[in-house]
Amino acid sequence: MDRLIDDRRTRIIVCCGSGGVGKTTAAAAIGLRAAEHGREVCVLTVDPARRLAQAMGLTSLDNTPRLVEGVRDEAGGSLHAMMLDMKRTFDEIVEGHADPARAAQILANPFYQSLSSSFAGTQEYMAMEKLGQLRRSDEWDLIVVDTPPSRSALDFLDAPERLGRFLDGRLIRVLTAPVKAGRPFGRVLNAGFSMMTGALTKLLGGQVLRDAQTFVTAFDTMFGGFRERADATYRLLQAPGTSFLVVAAPEPDALREASYFVERLDEERMPLAGLIVNRVHTMGSHRLSSAQSLAAAETLEGMIPNEGVASAPGAGYSITAAALRLHAERMRLGERERRVAGAFTSAYPAVPVVEVPALPVDVHDLEGLRRIGESLADRG
Amino acid sequence: MTARDTDWDGVRLHVVTGKGGTGKTTVAAALALALAHRGRKVLLVETEGRQGIARLFDRAPLPYEERKIAIGPGEADDGRDPGGEVYALAIDPEGALLDYLQMFYNMRSAGVALTRLGLVDFATTIAPGLSDVLLTGKATEAARRRVSPGGGHVYDSVVLDAPPTGRVGRFLNVTAEVSGLAKVGPVRTHADTVANVIKSPQTAVHFVSTLEEMPVQETIDGIAELRAIPGMQVGGVVINMARPAVLSAEELKGGPDLPAMSAALGAAGLHATDELAAALAEEIAEHARHVELQDTERTELEAAGQPVYELPMITEGIDLATLHRLAAELRAQGAA
Repeated sequence: MDRLIDDRRTRIIVCCGSGGVGKTTAAAAIGLRAAEHGREVCVLTVDPARRLAQAMGLTSLDNTPRLVEGVRDEAGGSLHAMMLDMKRTFDEIVEGHADPARAAQILANPFYQSLSSSFAGTQEYMAMEKLGQLRRSDEWDLIVVDTPPSRSALDFLDAPERLGRFLDGRLIRVLTAPVKAGRPFGRVLNAGFSMMTGALTKLLGGQVLRDAQTFVTAFDTMFGGFRERADATYRLLQAPGTSFLVVAAPEPDALREASYFVERLDEERMPLAGLIVNRVHTMGSHRLSSAQSLAAAETLEGMIPNEGVASAPGAGYSITAAALRLHAERMRLGERERRVAGAFTSAYPAVPVVEVPALPVDVHDLEGLRRIGESLADRG
Repeated sequence: MTARDTDWDGVRLHVVTGKGGTGKTTVAAALALALAHRGRKVLLVETEGRQGIARLFDRAPLPYEERKIAIGPGEADDGRDPGGEVYALAIDPEGALLDYLQMFYNMRSAGVALTRLGLVDFATTIAPGLSDVLLTGKATEAARRRVSPGGGHVYDSVVLDAPPTGRVGRFLNVTAEVSGLAKVGPVRTHADTVANVIKSPQTAVHFVSTLEEMPVQETIDGIAELRAIPGMQVGGVVINMARPAVLSAEELKGGPDLPAMSAALGAAGLHATDELAAALAEEIAEHARHVELQDTERTELEAAGQPVYELPMITEGIDLATLHRLAAELRAQGAA
């Protein structure tokens, strides 16, 4: 890990993975460590847990990078953090691309409002857009991005493309056709077309269709721009200087998602820096196996004298037996997690894997993030 | 002979949500199994296209089709309980859209043409509300479906494996979601029909949480969010993957007597017992901290005022046998 963050050529680190695996925490920990290693870092998070946001001094969703206090600056680095406000980011694009009157018209359209505050795709697109903006501003020499909490890790790669495709897709063309005045669309108005608009009207109602048409017409001039921006950001992700880290929990489902992602990154020629297996249960200091431990517990339980009278040799048997069972359970969990993680490693031997032990409490402060940073650096 | 009372008698649609990673799908499947007894027929519906149900029941990926995947447990001591059946259905917005067009307008072919043009992209990208209505619409339709007009219900219960807690309020509050988009029209009407089922005593929304800070916080926020929606019934809180306290509070507090432990380990035939005793003592201390944390989180969940059920951590991974075990737990605790 330190090799990655100390390499000045690394400009963007993208943390991805399915939901609930601790991506945001990992991104923040990496950002902090890099800053304390002397990099000027901006962490872009999408939906941090309240406590984590507080740990970084983020109190509101204000779409601007804020300096994080309490970072050790001996190495000359700094840490900024920001939470993405997707609607605001979207609004800014609109305002930047259209004249005020038209922008106002777009912003007021119900269709736009639904699009810009929806969670399906827009968030991913806006995260990419913001990443592009931060990168172009060149104010930071390292940007760490936490990807949106989507169902699947792949959504992050696909959603911008989907939104781009949607915005200048054929369906939109069909929708806009009737309102583009003066266009001879008699040719288009064949049976198939009227069947489709018929279905659309039935499905959505005339009002929705009209809103969509107004929106699309107002938006028309910006379409090319959208597609271009999506493409540019996508290329940014393929550029040297960008590294992906896949975060997963040691669970079959999370690691299955991780494998899809690893394969996809490979197809897209996007550089994968490694896999972070987060929240691994440590096996404890003693390596007594679960089977041995369980057997010993049973032996002891068989020796516990019946009822009362803690005769001298039997004292401590029951607590020891319980401790052995506890140990056995823990070893079993650890063994299972290792088996699951091991299956990943043998399928992708070239991918470096770092394990982060499960912490008993969630991270509330920079000290907690620092500790995670240390375990990330430990074996990577 | 009457059926045993459960906490959710009268509920036909069980919606199960939870933060990612808490085992929402597993709990939904266990609940479906628990509900499938005494000849009852239960439909387990998956909406997120991950094929989690197929994996849990060790089946090939499920098509957009209701098919039987498991037999519910009969009650052994009863002898007259023949068990029930669990059917499963994986729905996706595309299938649900075609279904909707077919069912209401007999327009499947137009739907197929529109799909080719990117209608589904359209629905999921620009109007997530629309795809949510289609998904919840399919689940409520199954819950309302009757064998014949005026006849009995096809399914006694429907269990919906819903999106994660962070999204479930929007997912279920379908009328509000489409109202910005469609003030009138067929989608609006459809949404209202769906809402009538969801916001009724026939539907309960259960939350799955682990005893960790973030999932607990999200659960509490989620419960508050749903309570703010008129008519919505918050169901139970299912604590998943709880680690049982192996030692009593007293035993944990005192800290173990190392020499006695070492002697006990020796008596059990183990070697290097001093070292092992020290390691075990450290593990006990860690366990004590963990149990304490779990207790704090459990108290917070209980304070939400909903019935709480608790399922143990399954170390060896989930298969059909463990699902049945979890289902039995849910039944014993009155969740089904």
